[in-house]
Parts: sequence; C-alpha cells; structure tokens
Amino acid sequence: MSAALPRLLPFWGLLAAVHQSALAPAGPQAARIGDLWWLMFWVCTAVYALVVLALLAAVTRRREAAGIAPVVHPPAAGERRLGRWVGGATAVSAVILLGLLVASVSTGSALESLARPNSVSIDLVGYQWWWQVQYSDPMPSRRVVTANEIHIPVGQPVRLRVTSRDVIHSFWVPALHGKKDLIPGRTNDLWLRADRPGVFRGQCAEFCGWQHAHMALLVIAETPQQFAAWLDAQRQTAKPPADPLAIKGQQVFDTGPCALCHTIAGTQAVGSAGPDLTHLASRRTLAAGILDPQSLKPGNRMPAISLGADDLQALLAYLETLR
Amino acid sequence: MRERARTALGVAPAALLAACQREERRFRELPAATAREGLVRQSSLQPGPPTPLPQVKVYDGNAYAIAEGQQLYQWFNCVGCHAHGGGAIGPPLMDETWIYGSAPQNIYDSIVEGRPNGMPSFRGKIPDYKVWQLVAYVRSLSGLTPSPATPPRADAMSSGPPPNLQHPRAKPQEVTHLP
Repeated sequence: MSAALPRLLPFWGLLAAVHQSALAPAGPQAARIGDLWWLMFWVCTAVYALVVLALLAAVTRRREAAGIAPVVHPPAAGERRLGRWVGGATAVSAVILLGLLVASVSTGSALESLARPNSVSIDLVGYQWWWQVQYSDPMPSRRVVTANEIHIPVGQPVRLRVTSRDVIHSFWVPALHGKKDLIPGRTNDLWLRADRPGVFRGQCAEFCGWQHAHMALLVIAETPQQFAAWLDAQRQTAKPPADPLAIKGQQVFDTGPCALCHTIAGTQAVGSAGPDLTHLASRRTLAAGILDPQSLKPGNRMPAISLGADDLQALLAYLETLR
Repeated sequence: MRERARTALGVAPAALLAACQREERRFRELPAATAREGLVRQSSLQPGPPTPLPQVKVYDGNAYAIAEGQQLYQWFNCVGCHAHGGGAIGPPLMDETWIYGSAPQNIYDSIVEGRPNGMPSFRGKIPDYKVWQLVAYVRSLSGLTPSPATPPRADAMSSGPPPNLQHPRAKPQEVTHLP
C-alpha cells in the first residue's frame, strides 16, 4: 500500500534524483520513520474521509423533502442513541491516538538500537555555514578532517558525534535519519546505517543565520572497500606540487592570507578558522569563493581576498593539485 | 533649562542617524578598501594632489564591524598574547595606556607594521577591511567606540562590566602619535 502511492506522484522522479526525501529511505532508521509517516498518513486520511462523509450526509439530508416535521422536543430515547454515537466516536478517537502514540514511541526507541562498539565514529562540527567532518582514530596521524562531505561504508552502523562551535545547527539527512541538533558546548550522539550505496543530500534544519538555506552537506555511502580506500587517500598529506605554476601557488597560499584560516596537511598552513583544504579538489562542493565570496553567499565568513591575476592563477593551479 | 532642551532636540536626530548606521552590515567592501596595502597616513600633509583619508568612522561606529573584529581577534590569535584585553605576554588593550597611540590609524599601523618587542607584522595576511574591523574591536575594549555600537555582551567569559559600559574615563585621554 505504501509503495503504490509514490509512483503516482508526478514529482517523485525529481525527488529520487536528488536523494533528499524521507519517503525514499536508504537506512533502517529512515525506513522506521517512513513507516510511521505512512501509518499516520493513512490513519489520518481515513479519519478525515469519514468525518467529511458524515458532514456531507448531515448537510445534504433534507427533512422537508422527506416529509419529516421539524423536531422541537426530541424524544429522550433518540437523544440517548445519538449520545452513544458521540461517546463511541470519542472512544475510537482515543484508541486511535493511543495507537499512534505507541507507534511513535516504539519508532523512537528503535532509532537508538543500532549502537555497536568498534564502529566507524565521525565527529561532525557545525560552523556558520559549513560542516567540519572528522574521522576519529586513536592514532592522531590517522585522523582525517574534511568538510561538507561524509563518506560512510554501506551496511555498517556509523556513529556521529555532533556539536557546534557557534550557534545551534541541526543535522538532517532525510534518506538516512531524522533531525539531530548540533548544540554548542554539548555533544549529541546519532547512529545511522545506509543499506544501499548512493549520494544522500542533507541540510541544516535549524535556522542559523544568513546562509542557513545554503548550509548543505552530502552523505556518500560506498562499499566498505571503496570507503577504506577513500579513508586511506584522505590520510595522506598533500603532495608537494611539481608544476612551477603550482609551486608559486603554494607560496601564495603559505605567505598570503589563506594560511591564517585554512589548513593543508603537510605544509605550514595550519589555520583552523575555515575548512581544511588538504584534499579540496577531491570534494564535490565548495563553501565559498576567493575573490568575491560575498557575491554567492552574502554574510559568509570568508573575506574578499585581493590577489593579482598571476598570483590568482598560480593559487588556482595549486588548489587543483590537492586531490 | 531651555538651552538644555534645545541641545537635546539637536542631538536626538543625530543620535537617531548614528543608530541607523550602527546596525548596517556591509558584506561587500568597496574594491578600494580591500585592495589597499597597508598605507597608513598619520597626517593630512602630503605631496601632490589631495587623496581622501580612509573612512574609519564607518567601522568604529558599526556594531557589525565590532562583532566581526571580536571573532577575528580569536581566529588570528590576538588572544594568545593580549588575552581578552587584560594582557599577558603582550600589553593589555583595555586600559587607558597606549604605547603607540589609540587613534584608529595608530592601531592599524601596529597590526600591519608590527611593533618592537614581539608584535608581529600582519602585512599581506589580513585583508585591509578586516584589519579595520579588528581595530574597531580593539578600540571597543577600552570604551573608545560609541557605546550604542559596542555589543552589550562579549563572546568570552568576563567578570567585568558589559563592554558597552566599560571605561568611560578612557575617552578624554585619547592620544594620537603623529611623527
């Protein structure tokens, strides 16, 4: 029943293409949330239909045409019968609401049932207006820091520890889980699992300032082999550039304003105010621009950097080597 | 009494105008403001035709500029030496003693050129308009910015009075060091 309706919706293909829909679950929690949504949808639809039908019947029933005289003093027996109907309907409503409550609570507890020791653990930190993603490891040199992209292995529970450094944000990838707030000074836990490979889009779901609407991220679910290969690649420090233009670009980066806020592992740039750029060119999205960042995302924290044309070309050549 | 009322009537519109600008958020600076490379003029005397002085008032009386400066103060690790204004390795910034002058141009110079005994030069590291935002914040630490523009609450923990009520006594002692 719940699978038939989506195919009828004309915009369903569009939703499926961007993979940002709570109605196309890709993991057990999103599936539970989806089931609860469909249960509520059909129960409420049925109740609504019954109420509207009863209302229509009452509106269209004409006493005069049927030759019934207006009732001024209703008989006591008839009143009691109507009272029983109203009482019965109230009882049915209470039972339905209680049933929905039980379904909601059991869904809530099922969402927490994925916890496993020794699973992939990811620290997610919200900033205005980007996400820092850190794969923890007991060995500091094996930790991985990236931004706006979370890679996870398919079929394995993943633990997300979420917090914020400025204001309250909320992590919401509808295809995988419900919302979880990122609160400054507090760490919230979230378990999720993707059951099929794919790219799932998520968004900040708590108004957090000027660019709240552009604070998106991607969750990329891959096979465990692909995930391990990706993680190994991310653990490498940035390769020193070979091309003379890129070498000049690295000088521009290290001696100019970039290094004050950004980190490139393996170089002298160790700023921590902006996203880590070690493997920038391997990511699918950028959080801002260089020359005029305020034109695309007004209010974002990246200042406008004035560079000569030569320096800018060199810098771009260098950034493209950061795969 | 009537004199005082007249003064109040004259001041009120000016205060209202200032209040309008204090909340203005300028995300995109004029290209000239971002492109200029640390050329600070200490005097209005100069050779050749006159060129306008930088509009430092825009930053000094603007709540957004001061708040941005507060964030940059953390990001660029001014805290490391000056603490949150109380001073540590570096001199305190919230008292009324200014070794190199308290005028915006002097503080801009201290940041961009550096100073002897440890203050590094940030020339070419911080875009020009961001330096002016830092200057506005540094001046707000000792109550030199207009109190309507100064935030009532600091980001860092503080045992002192709210920043917009701090050190009104420092105002008359503003000093400019001209060469």
